[in-house]
Parts: sequence; C-alpha cells; structure tokens
Amino acid sequence: MGLYLRRRAVNIVYLTLSWAATGVGLLILFLILWTLLRNGIPALGLDLFTINTPPPGSRGGIANAIFGSVAMTFVATVVGTPVGVLTGTYLAEYGRGSRIAPVVRFVNDILLSAPSIIIGLFVYELLVVRMGHFSAWAGAVALAIIVVPVVVRTTEDMLSLVPGSLREAAIALGAPQWKVIVMVAYRAALQGMLTGVMLAVARIAGETAPLLFTALNNQFWSANMNAPMANLPVVIYQFALSPYADWQVLAWGGAMLITITILVLNIVARALASWSNRTL
Amino acid sequence: MSDLSFATGGVRNTIKPVTAPRVQARSPAAVAETEPKIVVKDLRFYYKKFEALKGISLALHDKRVTAFIGPSGCGKSTLLRVLNRIYELYPGQRATGEVLVDGRNILDGGQDLNLLRAKIGMVFQKPTPFPMSIYDNIAFGIRLYETLSPSQLDERVEQALRRAALWDEVKDKLRQSGLSLSGGQQQRLCIARAIAVKPEILLLDEPASALDPISTQRIEELIAELKSDYCIVIVTHNMQQAARSSDYTAFMYLGELVEFSETETLFTHPKERRTEDYITGRFG
Repeated sequence: MGLYLRRRAVNIVYLTLSWAATGVGLLILFLILWTLLRNGIPALGLDLFTINTPPPGSRGGIANAIFGSVAMTFVATVVGTPVGVLTGTYLAEYGRGSRIAPVVRFVNDILLSAPSIIIGLFVYELLVVRMGHFSAWAGAVALAIIVVPVVVRTTEDMLSLVPGSLREAAIALGAPQWKVIVMVAYRAALQGMLTGVMLAVARIAGETAPLLFTALNNQFWSANMNAPMANLPVVIYQFALSPYADWQVLAWGGAMLITITILVLNIVARALASWSNRTL
Repeated sequence: MSDLSFATGGVRNTIKPVTAPRVQARSPAAVAETEPKIVVKDLRFYYKKFEALKGISLALHDKRVTAFIGPSGCGKSTLLRVLNRIYELYPGQRATGEVLVDGRNILDGGQDLNLLRAKIGMVFQKPTPFPMSIYDNIAFGIRLYETLSPSQLDERVEQALRRAALWDEVKDKLRQSGLSLSGGQQQRLCIARAIAVKPEILLLDEPASALDPISTQRIEELIAELKSDYCIVIVTHNMQQAARSSDYTAFMYLGELVEFSETETLFTHPKERRTEDYITGRFG
C-alpha cells in the first residue's frame, strides 16, 4: 500500500472515530433533553407556577420553590458579584507583580473546584448551627460562596484580555489608576464580565447540595429569608425520590424549568461574549 | 564639554552643569533657535538587570520635531517611555540619571505623575481608541483636569478633532464608537485625544508604522502642522519618515546614543561610521 493510500485510510478511521464520539456525546445530551421534555411537559400548566408544593394526592405546583430559587439566586448574585468583581480587579490590575496575587489566585482556584457539598456543610456550621435553624439567608450565603470564585476568575481573565496599550493610553493622558480601571478597562471587558456573572447564575441555579444543609425546604409559601425556604433543586430531589406519581410529575416539571433557564442563560452569555468579541 | 553647554544653556540655573564623563551625546551645533524643553542627562535604564539605555544625554527642543531612529532593540522606544515615566507601570523597570522637563527632574520622587503625564501627550504604535464614542474618546482626557460646560466641552472636542484633521470625517457620527473608524482615522483620533488636553510635549511611538501610505502621509502632515506649538518627539523605524518630518535626529544603537544632530546633517554628513552604515542600509 502506498504512503498516500495509507494516509487516506488513517484519516478515514480517525474521522469516523471522531464522528462517533461526537455522536455519542450529542446523543446523550438529546436523550436527556428528550426525557425531560417528554416527562416535563405533562406537568406544564398554570398550576405549576401558581400553586405551592402539595401533599401527596392533591392538586399542586411548585410556585413556592420557583420563588425560593429566584430569591436565593438573586441575593447570592447581588452579594457575590461585587466581591468577585473587586477581587478579580485586584488580581488583574492592582495586584500585578505583587506576591499576594498568586496566592489569592491559587486559593480562588481551589474554591472554584471545591465540591459544593463542602460549601453547604461550611455554611451549616457557620450560620445554621449558630442561628439554630435553617434559613434562606444561609442558602443565599452558600450560593454566594459559589458565585465568588467564578466571577473572580472571569473578571480577572477578561481584564487581562484588555490590551495593555489601552491602559497605557489612558495613563498617558494623566488619568489616575482607578479611572483607568473603571472608565476604560471595565468598559472594554464589560461583556465578558457580564458573561461570567451569567455563568455563575446558571451554576447556582441548579445547585442542590449546599441548599440541603442551609435553606432546606418549605412546603408552604414563604418570603421570609430568615426561615427555611423551598427551592427547585431540593424539591426535585425530594419529589423525584418519592413513591407518589403526582410528586414525580412535579419533579419533572421543575427539572425541565431549571434546564431551560440554564440553557437560556448560557445562550445569552454566549451571545454577549460573541458580541463583545466583535466590538473589541 | 563645549557641545554640551548647549544642552544646558537655555535652561534655568537650577540645573547643574553636566559633569558625567561618559556622555557621548552630540547636540546640534548650529540650530539653537528654541529653548530645550527636555534635557536628558546620563540616563540609564534597566529591565531587571539588563541595561537598555547606557548613559544617554541629549536635549529636546520646544517647537521642534526630534526623531529617534535605530534598529530594533536599540532603546529608542524605551527612551521615549522614560520621558513620561510610563515604564513605571511594570515592575522591574527603573531609570537613573536626570530627565529635566522645564528644568525639573521628573525622575525625582515627589512628582505628581498624573499631572506630569497630562502635560505630555503620547501616541502609540497601534491605534488605541477607548471603547466609547468618538466624542467621549476626546472628552475623556479633558474631563480629567477641567470642569467645562457642555458647550465649552463641545468646542474643545471640535477643536481637537479639527487640529487632527479628522473633524470633517467624523462630525456627523460623534456618538458612534471610536472602534468603528478605520486604522488611520483611529490613529488621528488618538492624536486628537492627546492634544485635546493641551499638552506641551507630544511623544509619538512609531505612530504611522501600522498605517497605509496615505494615512501615513496625513499623520506626517499633521506632525508638521502641530510642530509650531509642541515639542514633538517621534520614534520611527522609517528613515525616510525621520528625514521628512524631523528637525533633529538621534541615531541610537544598542542602548547608546551614537549621533545626534540636525536631521539634514545627520543624513548627509554623518560623523559616525555606524550612523552612516545604518542610514545607507548596511545594517538594521
């Protein structure tokens, strides 16, 4: 066999394997989505959004869990984003060349990959035990701790992508460093930083383990952040494992809702990122 | 020593006469019509341990264009970056010696760097428009040090854009992003931004090297235009550009100032063998 034919054969084999691997990956993804939609759509209806989690056998929805997830995700994002953005700014701007910055970055990377159940346990010890009861505040804090390292990382990365020449140009005009950061570097990195926040929201929207130890769950409507609060991941966990068919249907509905929300957030984040690439 | 007395002659008496023995600078002998705006004395510059400038001394004149030429790595950009101390952004870079701007040594401590830099405009090799509108690109620098009414600000922005020969091309789209302009327009926008804050010195770091010939020509015309008001220093790879647009030329090689004289003299009667070799294209 000639060298050329052999190369062609190797190429075909390799191409086939690559296609097969891609196909398997996509197939699994579509199976998940298909299963979710097939089982979730029957749960879809006005009840799902307007009625609270029911006792087994009664008509119900997951309104309290949707509210709880939105509330805790919101608080966690509002608390975690400024901390993350400021830390990322320190790493990318002020801390360049300092000795602390690499340490902070390393610790942040550890936090980034820490299992979320550990964070749940940590907040349990820190807040739940001391307060004497589960609460939505504790849940929000646990989620915020997950938000911080994600935002730190993306903020630092995005600010590092801002060309040094842009900073030099602003400094050469006599601008103090904080103005260079706020008015030039942030603007240049804005879309990327927003993308990071979106990804962090998508990440915490589906977290179960940290909430099990902190916000727990609540069968009733509660807007009190100082009390246990229902939330989608824990409701799904509880209802899906239950023997009651109506609860299982609601769990499918909740799962579909979270998945679609995360999908939309990711698509928006990607759109933002590509938009930022075009304008820079 | 006689050729150095020129460098210090016009400056205020706060400056001590140069006594550094290793000075190799040759200041232009004939043309001394304007005051030296910047006087550099025995400037040494280090990137960590590496000595990138090995005792540079020269004088840069007000209302004149001085060009720094030399092969890559000769230190010409480094020298430019010392003049507004922008190198300080990076750890491990330091300068020794004296750089007197209007008689004050800017390498001394206790300088307000922001104020110093507001007095010294800088334009870089690649156009660096800020990610904001054309108008805000110009207004950014003005707002840093002046509080103007909206109409005054409009006027200043227009003035700067007119001086940079960009007004007619952008007057109808001032609210559009500065990034929407072409490369040549972006570079003129950066020049407009630099002169909008009314600096006294303009540092141009290969301002035309990323541009097409027509844009380059416009930038060179602009330099000739601006010369009447500023002390302009231009770093260039392009010897024709130096010959066309500067009054004085400094030839640098391996961190040393080999020759410094009037542009015409340097290009027609270079005193140093290395200068002659470089300008005739024997190396570089």
